[in-house]
Amino acid sequence: MGPLFPNGIITGEWDFVIALLLGIIFGFVLEASGFSSSRNITGVFYGYNFVVIRVFFTAVIVAMVGMLYFDYFGWLDLSKIFILPTFLSPMILGGVIMGVGFIMGGFCPGTSFTAIAIGKLDGLVFAIGLFLGIFVFSLSFPLFENFFVSGNMGNVTLTDVTGISAAWFAMAFTVVALAAFWGTSIIEKKIRKNMTEHTF
Amino acid sequence: MNINQSTDNEPKYINPYLGGVLLGLLVLITVFVTGRGLGASGAIKSTVVATAKVIMPATVKSNSYMNSVANSEHSPMYTWLVFESIGIFVGGLLSGIIFGRVKKFRIEHSPKISSKTRLWFALGGGMFFGFGSQFGRGCTSGAALCGTATFAFGGVIVLFAIFGTGYAVAYFFRKLWI
Repeated sequence: MGPLFPNGIITGEWDFVIALLLGIIFGFVLEASGFSSSRNITGVFYGYNFVVIRVFFTAVIVAMVGMLYFDYFGWLDLSKIFILPTFLSPMILGGVIMGVGFIMGGFCPGTSFTAIAIGKLDGLVFAIGLFLGIFVFSLSFPLFENFFVSGNMGNVTLTDVTGISAAWFAMAFTVVALAAFWGTSIIEKKIRKNMTEHTF
Repeated sequence: MNINQSTDNEPKYINPYLGGVLLGLLVLITVFVTGRGLGASGAIKSTVVATAKVIMPATVKSNSYMNSVANSEHSPMYTWLVFESIGIFVGGLLSGIIFGRVKKFRIEHSPKISSKTRLWFALGGGMFFGFGSQFGRGCTSGAALCGTATFAFGGVIVLFAIFGTGYAVAYFFRKLWI
């Protein structure tokens, strides 16, 4: 049955309507969870607010386990979904650069859109930065074109790389997430004792 | 935003685990319906290419990175991720209205830094994030969240690289936040 678009069950004209609707839910959940505030987000790096870990890890394990069940019930053909391609060294470098940007700016792209929506100018300036950063990247692309496509492993999953089945990864992520929820709540309690405010 | 204001009216957010379950279900439904995940940086790339096409058409033509997107019968803005990102804004606005967080324009920052410092670092942080997202084939949404959720090896790489680097450099930027 699924995925619906690639299998032609929903046709092209509904594409953008669905994009808008899914985006609205996405933005709503991000804002309602507290991601429209950079100081809530960066709490994950200083230990005073681990909302990012809670939301992110819960989302990953729900989605992972859901995918496996959907596949098991025959609702979703996992061989037909898009798997992000892996370009090993460029993606490590990209992640490192994004990590620096994350700690400097306090947002990621999606969360900055929700910050703009509720009137935060720091979110707007961050988004302008995103635009400039991608502009600079695009203009300077010829300089690192070869590096950009290096380390191409194709559209590989964790199973393709390791030979371990997806279910084990879902379980490992779940165990790690539960341990992280427990551990971070202890750290958070300790650090909050010395702070007057921790939720923004 | 000063220190007293934010402690007096501490904002009400939904339970983070509920937020996580909703976000996870959303990722699942998105993959079920579209066969792909969500995203955010892709929409900005479209905006960049659309802008460049107007202000420097010759450069876009000779630039393989931009030309591959610009060279279609539709505008570079006519993409799934642009409409989805407009949705992110609208959804954030709806939540903000419902929970009473839509207020006049303001700059949120730690009391230890000025608004100006906050904005310069927000600009720089955005530039780094945007630049890095192109090498990463996506940002926290498309690569780290949806990539990892679909068991993509690259998604996990980006996830660990972003958060690992965040923790590694957090000490040097601590004055911005604590």
